[in-house]
Amino acid sequence: MKIEGSKCVGFLGPNGAGKTTTLKIFTDMIRASEGRALINGVDVHLNKKKALGPVGALIESPEIYPALTPREALSMVADLRGLPRAEAKKKIEETVAEVKMNEWLDKKVGKFSKGMKQRINIAAALLSDPEVIMLDEPTTGLDPRGQSEVRDIVKDLKKKNRLVFMSSHLLNEVQEICDEVAMIDHGKLIVYDSLSNVTTRFSSDGSNTVEIELSRDIDEQSANRNIASLTSVSSVDRIDPRKVRIHFSGGIQNQERLLLDLATMKIGMISFRPSASALEDTYLNLIKDTL
Amino acid sequence: MTQPTSPTVPDLKKRVLPSSVSQIGTITKYELVNYFRSRRFFVLLIIGLIISALLTTLVGYYRPSSFLSSALNFYSGWWTNTITFVIILSGIFYGGDSISGEFQNKTGYFLVANPLRRSSIYIGKWLGALIASIIILGVFAAITIGNGIYYFGLNIPNQLWESLLFSVLYLIAVLGFTFFFSSLFKSTSMSILVTAILFLFAFRLIEMLVESLVKIEPWFLITYGAEIIGNVLLDPYPITVTQGFGRDAFTSYAVTIPEGVAILLAYFVVTAVLGLLLFERREFT
Repeated sequence: MKIEGSKCVGFLGPNGAGKTTTLKIFTDMIRASEGRALINGVDVHLNKKKALGPVGALIESPEIYPALTPREALSMVADLRGLPRAEAKKKIEETVAEVKMNEWLDKKVGKFSKGMKQRINIAAALLSDPEVIMLDEPTTGLDPRGQSEVRDIVKDLKKKNRLVFMSSHLLNEVQEICDEVAMIDHGKLIVYDSLSNVTTRFSSDGSNTVEIELSRDIDEQSANRNIASLTSVSSVDRIDPRKVRIHFSGGIQNQERLLLDLATMKIGMISFRPSASALEDTYLNLIKDTL
Repeated sequence: MTQPTSPTVPDLKKRVLPSSVSQIGTITKYELVNYFRSRRFFVLLIIGLIISALLTTLVGYYRPSSFLSSALNFYSGWWTNTITFVIILSGIFYGGDSISGEFQNKTGYFLVANPLRRSSIYIGKWLGALIASIIILGVFAAITIGNGIYYFGLNIPNQLWESLLFSVLYLIAVLGFTFFFSSLFKSTSMSILVTAILFLFAFRLIEMLVESLVKIEPWFLITYGAEIIGNVLLDPYPITVTQGFGRDAFTSYAVTIPEGVAILLAYFVVTAVLGLLLFERREFT
């Protein structure tokens, strides 16, 4: 598996598939039984310091020394990564504000909840502005608002042209923020491709699915007659009077054309997005066991 | 499997990582901050102060002749009987869970995923433990010398400085040993317990059995090597003496200074190398 460029790659698989193990190999926390882990061409096991220089990683919700404050814990990371003092001070305040923990900057970590510690861990991973960010289920332990904020952070990282490699159990999370998806099962990589290609190639009927939301009601008959007749559309499900799921064949060009056609129909479409169930459908087709 | 492609990451501001020595300094600094913030440092400091206070009171009240006959006897009685205990406690307090805690408490996950060698973490933590222990030892030594000055003025025998030096060497060896055990076990309580049992009971017991039953010099025991701390404060320096003849002969072994130094150094080097190798190879599963 080779990942390059600036994007977000979602890493999916059942419990025990090897997601965390893969990330641990990439941070030299464990050794690979075979094969090599290279970052920018540098073997992580042979030259960890050089390989992990441009990497920020969050693996398995680490604990921070309870007697330290976030400012101290992050200062330690900044010192280890060679951030100049003035820059480190500024970056710590910025990053902690980004994870919404600025009010807790000088309180001891020992008093923090699991979610608060996870926010500091995310701040630690982002502190040095790394080129590559590896996140192992980063929203673990976070409340819904925290999860949403982490998703926003990852989206921002994409805008800053970073490479994010993120394992997750949350398919909707991966679907929302990732450009590509890799699936692993029993230690073997099953697929690695763009999200749309994966959902098209491996969904149960080989089609893509989008969901549209409408500003006004649409009846069953209109949905079936008007939308189903569009080019490449294979079937239409009316989820509720203002929400319709459309299955269509073909790739990104057909999706673009479908969007154009639906907009032209003037049915009050206010949103158009890949169906959250498409990735789940693909996942369930590819991953047969939960363990 | 298709390998998707996209534009390459733009060249980010290249940052030069600090040297390993500098990273060791960082780990040491925050290890010390952690010790000073947690109760651990102050508990040991209080234990050291209680021992000193008890000795000060007892010597001041009873004025034992064994202590007050000469400056050398005073320092021998005060220092020899207590400093090894303080050093062993330092080893247990600072070394016992130093490495195993990184695994059990998952604090290691915070450090290890950064671009630094594991040896930097190990050495940095060891230096942190050494500095914290030396502060405790320093406070204890200051109180000892303060009492000595009260009774004998500024007439501090040179042997005390030698004993102090050997105490630091013993501390270095003990911390090497406790860090090794800490690398060996994943459970913090197990590493602390084994260290405590070994230093407080097992080594002394083995030394006694080896000397009386097997009748060989226990040169392989760290506690035997540490006897130079007390021996140097005796005048004359004790020597190995054999009493009786044949099967009834009993030898009382006295470690010489070169032997003691060699034993302590050997313990430090061997256990430090083994501990470091163990830590390098252990996986954060």
